Amino acid sequence: MAEKRIDEATGTQTMGHEWDGIEELDTPMPRWWLWTFYASIVFAVGYTVAYPAWPLIDRATGGTLGWSSRGDFEKEMAAEAKTRAPIMLALAATPIDRLPDNPELMHAAVEGGRAAFKVHCVQCHGSGAAGSKGYPNLNDDDWLWGGDIKSLQYTIEHGIRNPDHDQTRMSLMPAFGRDGILKPAQVDDLAAHVRVISGQEKPGAAARRGAALFAENCAVCHGADGKGLREFGAPNLTDPIWLYGGSREDIAATITTARYGVMPRWGEKLGPVTVKMLAAYVHSLGGGEALPALGALPVSDAPATPVADAAKPPLADAAKSDAQR
Amino acid sequence: MDNLVMKSGGWMLVVLLAIAGFALSHDPGFSVHMVIVGLAAMIALWAGLKRADYAALAGGILPKPADEGVYDDDPIRWGVIATVFWGLAGFLAGLYIALQLAFPALNLGIEYTSFGRLRPLHTSAVIFAFGGNALIATSFYVVQRTCRARLAFPTMARFVFWGYQLFIVLAATGYVMGVTEAKEYAEPEWYVDLWLTLVWVCYLLVFGGTLLRRREPHIYVANWFYLSFIITIAMLHIVNNLAIPVSIVGSKSYSAFAGVQDALTQWWYGHNAVGFFLTAGFLAMMYYFVPKQAERPVYSYRLSIIHFWSLIFLYIWAGPHHLHYTALPDWAQTLGMVFSIMLWMPSWGGMINGLMTLNGAWDKIRTDPIIRMMVMALAFYGMSTFEGPLMSIKAVNSLSHYTDWTIGHVHSGALGWNGMITFAALYYLAPRLWGRSRLYSLRMVNWHFWLATVGIVLYAASMWVAGIMQGLMWREYGADGYLVYAFSEVVSAMFPMYVIRAAGGLLYLAGALVMAFNIWMTIAGRQRAEKPMRDATYDPAKDRPLPAPAAVPAE
Repeated sequence: MAEKRIDEATGTQTMGHEWDGIEELDTPMPRWWLWTFYASIVFAVGYTVAYPAWPLIDRATGGTLGWSSRGDFEKEMAAEAKTRAPIMLALAATPIDRLPDNPELMHAAVEGGRAAFKVHCVQCHGSGAAGSKGYPNLNDDDWLWGGDIKSLQYTIEHGIRNPDHDQTRMSLMPAFGRDGILKPAQVDDLAAHVRVISGQEKPGAAARRGAALFAENCAVCHGADGKGLREFGAPNLTDPIWLYGGSREDIAATITTARYGVMPRWGEKLGPVTVKMLAAYVHSLGGGEALPALGALPVSDAPATPVADAAKPPLADAAKSDAQR
Repeated sequence: MDNLVMKSGGWMLVVLLAIAGFALSHDPGFSVHMVIVGLAAMIALWAGLKRADYAALAGGILPKPADEGVYDDDPIRWGVIATVFWGLAGFLAGLYIALQLAFPALNLGIEYTSFGRLRPLHTSAVIFAFGGNALIATSFYVVQRTCRARLAFPTMARFVFWGYQLFIVLAATGYVMGVTEAKEYAEPEWYVDLWLTLVWVCYLLVFGGTLLRRREPHIYVANWFYLSFIITIAMLHIVNNLAIPVSIVGSKSYSAFAGVQDALTQWWYGHNAVGFFLTAGFLAMMYYFVPKQAERPVYSYRLSIIHFWSLIFLYIWAGPHHLHYTALPDWAQTLGMVFSIMLWMPSWGGMINGLMTLNGAWDKIRTDPIIRMMVMALAFYGMSTFEGPLMSIKAVNSLSHYTDWTIGHVHSGALGWNGMITFAALYYLAPRLWGRSRLYSLRMVNWHFWLATVGIVLYAASMWVAGIMQGLMWREYGADGYLVYAFSEVVSAMFPMYVIRAAGGLLYLAGALVMAFNIWMTIAGRQRAEKPMRDATYDPAKDRPLPAPAAVPAE
């Protein structure tokens, strides 16, 4: 054990302890350090008086400021709701087909829809709404179920192929190959025909056989010319836009097992105003269509689903599990 | 003889239990772990039988007592090698997952290499394998030197080292196989936790026993910190891991806590893993190696007392700041915040005491690369212990929480403070433990210093920018009162920052490779021909325990 001595370099006395050659100086604690430490304690005590802090038996002290995180949140939300109230009321009161007549309101709806889209829709449709395989691009003018603002609202509100919801957009293409309706060779012929009408291949023997099969099996939904039918959400097969791919293999796979694209219904979750705003936003992306002339067949009536109606009872379970997958 | 039979029988029993566990196992993860445990026990059995002195046993001669004239340094030498090895493994894992964040294809589409499984592998490898081995090795070194006594329970000290390595292997293989409790920094499942508890209690016995055998009248400050680290980690580990296994032959268990209670217990643990593992334990290293390398007295004894007690008293309450703006009641959030703010000065006490120990020897920052490393470690320690209280303030936290700012904060502490002080300690230890007159190369220490420093700067700066950008983008509202950015847009904005971060990690790993080479060559007994640099002196004759006191004559 060393003796207390004065350290030459600093002029400070040592403590007189020594461990493996290490000594300690008897330097006082730096004043700024000590005072800052005291100040932080004073701040801490003051803060716990002002804010909820000390646990008691059945509750905690509430703090003299009366602040709480829930109260703070509710206050901010209430202030926000108050700011938006006029727009929200106007949106709720305006039927969607009258919305384009009011540019200011339309603009507010598009902005609100843009925000809601970023939270609820980008997961499938992509942050630019460009979609990907299995998820439609919403920027183009190719619509499965209709691209006017009213149809969009209906689709968003009721969803697509929600088996537990009567008003949903519903249709069911048969799994021609898997269920043995067509033989594999016939599926290939049919694919060849689809490739021809979409302008990807020159007509040949297979396509000619496929054309006959198409008329028998497909034309009822996709139309004799293959241009699709929005009533059934049946896509146009003659354009270069493909939801599940337009290669020979992809088309054959679609014909074999069929697709069953599902979109949730948002009406119950988001409420009518947000659905309206989403419809306005999607309509504004570039491919929005004008409303059909008054008196024309409204698309939003209960959708006729001949194929689905016939197939529903035996396939309902399969459809359900598909939707959940 | 009896001793050997008992020990071998014990290991045989472990082998049999492992075989039974394997046979009855409910899941593949548990089966693999039983194979690892069985193999480890067989190796222990074989090593025990091979090293036994049968001639002496047959002759009934008592085993030769260990040489009381030298310190018991074998487990420390193994610890130095293990620290370097696990450090490299942990840094490499970190670099890989950093690249995964920038280039998700590196997940390779298989579960074993997915980010979710490799991330705990990285955190556990650097904190518990690299940091833990450094703490165990240096604590055994420091406690012997500052108590001037050999380790108590030498066999148990060896068990602590090897038992800890087995814990690391079980934890790491478990993560890759998806065996996890899903508690951050406490992922290992129930049976691995039980094993660590056993190892840790032995660690406490060896450390505490050595303190009791000390030949010095007082306990040195480094040992206060080591002891607080060992005791608190035991408490945190046991409470946070209270769980009920689904089956005693299966890997799955369920926590004893639920909901917000579970979250609070977890962050009481998680925050104090930082406080007592990465702060108190490493301050202990600092308190020995800085004055030794600087060859200067510790700056202020009074400061060390006040900052020690205030640090360990305040740290334990600060955990709730990890749960700001969650289901945790407001009052608990408030307390978590104010205790964190009061923690600022006690944390800085360690930095002041370390830096000011250089009072009268400031020139050594220029001439001694190991001192330079220590000073950088203390600077980063000061920076992150200021940043911590700052981020615990609720207004700041509402911006920083869940962002990469937190990642930047952790790494400025982990890479800057824990990494740098450990490297400095390893450079101090290597020549002394292997009896070399100096390191293979002090110049290479300097290279390591610069590689690591630039790496940390790239890492921390990119994560600060990324974190603040994330926080601001998440809360950006347009004029109409709606969110401006989708989450995915924020993610894609992070890409350049993630690439810079990975570059920082690469530099840090490169520095560690330079160190591995340097220490390897030092152990091999080589010396690089180079212009000398300043290093602390070393007198092997003085590096010995004091003899046991004879009967003390009355004064």
